[in-house]
Amino acid sequence: MSQLQVSTTVNGDPVEFLCEPDESLMDVLRDRLGLTGTKEGCGSGDCGACSVTVDGRLVCSCLVLGAEAQGREIGTIEGMAKGEQLHTLQKKFLEHAALQCGICTPGILVAAEALLKENPDPTETEVRYWLAGNLCRCTGYDKIIRAVMDAATEMRGA
Amino acid sequence: MPLDTQHENQIRDFKVVGTRPVRPDGLDKVTGRARYGADMSLPGMIFGEIVRSTHAHAKIISIDTSAAEALPGVHAVITRADFPAQQAGMIDTLDHCMADAEVLYDGHAVAAVAASSKSLARRAAALVKVKYEALPHVTDVDAAAATGAPLVKMGIESNIVDTHEFGHGDVEKGFAEADVIVERTFTTEATHQGYIEPHACVANMGGDGVADIWCCTQGHFMVRNTCAAIMGMSASQLRVTASEIGGGFGGKTCVYIEPTALALSKKAGRPVKIVMSRQDVFLASGPTASSSIDVKIGARKDGTLVAGLATLRYQGGAWGGSLVNMGAMAAFACYDIPNVKAVGHDILANRPKLAAYRAPSAPMAAFAIESAMTEMCEKLEVDPLDFRLKNCARAGTKSSYGPTYGEIGLEATLQAAKDHPHWSAPLPEGQGRGVACGFWFNFGGQTSSSLNINEDGTVGLSVGTPDIGGSRAAMCQMAAEALGIPYEKVRAIVADTASLGYNDVTDGSRTTFASGLAVINSANQAVERLCERAAQTWDIPVEAVEWKDGAAHPAGANAGNFAPLTLAEIAADSGSTGGPISGHSEINADGAGVSFGTHICDAEVDQETGRTTITRYTVIQDAGKAIHPDYVEGQFQGGAVQGIGWALNEEYIYGEDGRLQNAGFLDYRIPVASDLPMIDTQILEIPNPGHPYGVRGVGETPIVPPLATVAHAIKGSCGQRMTSIPMSPPKVLAALKGRTA
Amino acid sequence: MRFEAPETVEAAVSLMAGEPGEARALAGGTDLLVQLKSGRVAPDLIVDLKRIPSMTAITQEDGGFRIGGAVPAAEMLEHDALTAAWPGICEAAYLVGSTQVMGRASLAGNLCTSSPAADTVPAMVAAGAMVRIVGPDGARDVACEDVPSGVQKNALKKGEVVDSIFLPARPARASDAYLRFIPRTEMDIAVVGCGISITRAADDTIAEAKVALGAVAITVQVVADAAKAIIGTRLDDAALDALAAACSAACKPINDKRGTIEFRTDVAGVLARRAAKIAYDRAGDAA
Repeated sequence: MSQLQVSTTVNGDPVEFLCEPDESLMDVLRDRLGLTGTKEGCGSGDCGACSVTVDGRLVCSCLVLGAEAQGREIGTIEGMAKGEQLHTLQKKFLEHAALQCGICTPGILVAAEALLKENPDPTETEVRYWLAGNLCRCTGYDKIIRAVMDAATEMRGA
Repeated sequence: MPLDTQHENQIRDFKVVGTRPVRPDGLDKVTGRARYGADMSLPGMIFGEIVRSTHAHAKIISIDTSAAEALPGVHAVITRADFPAQQAGMIDTLDHCMADAEVLYDGHAVAAVAASSKSLARRAAALVKVKYEALPHVTDVDAAAATGAPLVKMGIESNIVDTHEFGHGDVEKGFAEADVIVERTFTTEATHQGYIEPHACVANMGGDGVADIWCCTQGHFMVRNTCAAIMGMSASQLRVTASEIGGGFGGKTCVYIEPTALALSKKAGRPVKIVMSRQDVFLASGPTASSSIDVKIGARKDGTLVAGLATLRYQGGAWGGSLVNMGAMAAFACYDIPNVKAVGHDILANRPKLAAYRAPSAPMAAFAIESAMTEMCEKLEVDPLDFRLKNCARAGTKSSYGPTYGEIGLEATLQAAKDHPHWSAPLPEGQGRGVACGFWFNFGGQTSSSLNINEDGTVGLSVGTPDIGGSRAAMCQMAAEALGIPYEKVRAIVADTASLGYNDVTDGSRTTFASGLAVINSANQAVERLCERAAQTWDIPVEAVEWKDGAAHPAGANAGNFAPLTLAEIAADSGSTGGPISGHSEINADGAGVSFGTHICDAEVDQETGRTTITRYTVIQDAGKAIHPDYVEGQFQGGAVQGIGWALNEEYIYGEDGRLQNAGFLDYRIPVASDLPMIDTQILEIPNPGHPYGVRGVGETPIVPPLATVAHAIKGSCGQRMTSIPMSPPKVLAALKGRTA
Repeated sequence: MRFEAPETVEAAVSLMAGEPGEARALAGGTDLLVQLKSGRVAPDLIVDLKRIPSMTAITQEDGGFRIGGAVPAAEMLEHDALTAAWPGICEAAYLVGSTQVMGRASLAGNLCTSSPAADTVPAMVAAGAMVRIVGPDGARDVACEDVPSGVQKNALKKGEVVDSIFLPARPARASDAYLRFIPRTEMDIAVVGCGISITRAADDTIAEAKVALGAVAITVQVVADAAKAIIGTRLDDAALDALAAACSAACKPINDKRGTIEFRTDVAGVLARRAAKIAYDRAGDAA
């Protein structure tokens, strides 16, 4: 299987990599680019731990081929904080103790950021359905939902 | 330091304990920097892949590895023959990690490969040719227990391998005294812990036989001891580092891939990473027991329980050890019954070896017993909380499993439930309301920790219990409380197996209790040494120094009039007053307080489809003392939701061929965010006398009540008494239509 | 294995047709990547359709909508005119998976995976959707119900891909609805799915109707008797009973990990009843 050369942008950085034709973007990010903040929970699009954005659209990176990244803009958890400045969602997750083990946290943060870009004032039900593809086994979701709602409130005020 | 198991002078005026600071590992976890099992890479690392059985039960005729070995890029192929012959003790564990003469379940490992890339490893694994001779199999617990059932493995005469009995009094006499008797059989299907992080490890063994393992585990000392024993190594040759762990719930208290990774690394001479796929996680790690339980309870007309009898049949896979003993012990633990007996049978089936799952074995037993209690309340026409308040275990009650309870919080949770606005809220049309109790023992166990006073007045804390849900925050809080310094001055790490004495795994809700106890002991020892330095500085006897508010103070009439020396001041001078200051603790913690909870649930059943919606849920539990209330609430909420998932939709589904039908998150249906309401919590604090701050374990009890609580709410909504878990839509609709599912 | 991302339909067809081994088209990839990972498929060629402008566009045509073969569900839901005209199809697209999956998964992909439980297929069938298939012999338009031919089997021939799906112009007072049953609220495969399209006459009786069921047989079922049961009625209880009975009677389901025969048969009737009410109400509101 010959490898493909792909040029893309990850969190604003120009990036080039080689990958196999059937290699997922998740594997490229984790294994080739060292961006292990994107997590693998299932590899089949059922858990959301590998959530990233491609050209601003929220996707599971395990369901995207690395080769498809050519010329696209990829956003991962590593790009969420700006330098030392945490994103409001990140701060609210810490304040609300919205994580226990933390393995689902990067995916949920990426997904929640995409939600708040599209809908700055979501209802609890809207948050719950938007995040239905992000499994969390520790928290029962309660504190996650509260953190997202609180972040939305703060971001609307800011 | 001897362990004082009765802490009569418990601190009540806390400064740090009971607050809600940001956890020390929080920033790493919201930025993607935290490193979990699969996030480690080493120079020269290659990738392992495991070849698994496609039979539920079969004899291995031959394994041909030649094609896999011939593939360029393949560095090692191993089978059971590559492991040292085993002595008693680790055979079951190794058998589960790598089959010997026969495969005992769908997904049982038979060989493994290591290659220079993941895709090459997958291709090589597909080239390993295994010849099987299929043997009869059985996966259902009652079928396995029946006479004439297929035997789960060669060389056994029965699938029933162990029996346990607990109780007191005379149940026959008790039932004779009863006016009302409820008798019913309940079943539950196996569930998986469902941690989002699959098992992952990197093993690196050098030619000198010295090795390191990085892995996600609830107990890296357990990994070290188990792997060393399996590989014939000494403990000192193997250092295990616990990565951040992406959920465990009991499922990471044993080894699955670590011995295989070590054996591959040994053969290849390279570091080997193995990451289980989600399918493999479901096939070959951790399910809980499936169960079938007969319950009979008797009460007088006045509502007094006089007898309780339960027969529990649990299957925990092909090796036994279903932990049915814990189910039998926990079954009637919430009640004060004069005549009580619980008998548990451990039954084999062609399924993976059971692993602990949050309060292992208790949820199924509680489903059966609490459902029977609810039915008794209906027959007696009494309020389910009043009935439980009348019959609940209290301080002084002889428990159904032996010990006599000390201070416990069951009655307080029941009373709190009765007083809770949820219990008195009007119930919307079509909904039902359920209530049930739960119990868990909570563990103590072997624990050590080390605390270093840095010269700048900060504190480094090493614990040996992996942090599965925020325990480092609680450790820092307890250290800060004991030292009298701010939380921010303490930083906790989970140290590797070479850096601390042995620690039992993070299980049994023991970490905040036992590791916390070791941390407090370590802090107290450091305080003694800090006081010694102050005494030396002031040239007074150490007995004349007292520690308060983070500083040494002269105390007593003849101590002299010195300005207090703070921890930071003593630390700054430590180099000239005798060197580094630290404290250590090595204990076998006793005195873990049992914990009880009461849950209230509102639910609505769609009577045309059998689908249940949980509309409101409240958890009330005794925490002893909530060190970090956010994470206590989080345990309550997470445990309740796992219980709701178990109650409604989660189950292992085996086909006629004995193969698992739903090895993935698509059809193994754990609750998603849109399935749930907010989970209300109420923390009660009835201090555990066995801990200086009153801590009881809190993590496991919350998964015990939900099965029966939800069943009770379903009964209220649609009138159907469900006796089989999960109460999935096809089953509920079948009940509504009067047919079997 | 090769990966190609052509920029024209012709180039895509030429690649697909010219591959001597197995070629797979990649639209959203939400099924293909799972199959690749599990080893169920190992094609020699993957052709990504998303660099082809027409494949990723929703265009209005003859009063209807043409939805490119690789348009993700999320883009459909953001298209106001489309969601107003075909709310049932859009809600089926919304149900295909998580937010993340909707960011990728397409109607054409859902159709070509040829799962009996595909959510959008009963909705498209009820809507009278026409599927434009392109291949070495040119383009052909096929009724949606004629595309799936079995479990993971369909009418596409070697070298063919779905170019687009056409949803025809709607008369006034017409609308549709799709409901499915799943055990959870999200993230499951349909145990039963029901799409219904309804046109109201001036007197509020149902002038036209089409009813399709998913996950109750090896392919989507068009239930003509169910449509007949409600045409000419104002969806009174008797009509709804007849509709439900016709839908249950049309079921030829199996027992599997997702549901029993009895359950699917019962619930098909329940969903048909509920979906019909929604579609009828919407048709009353539709201009």
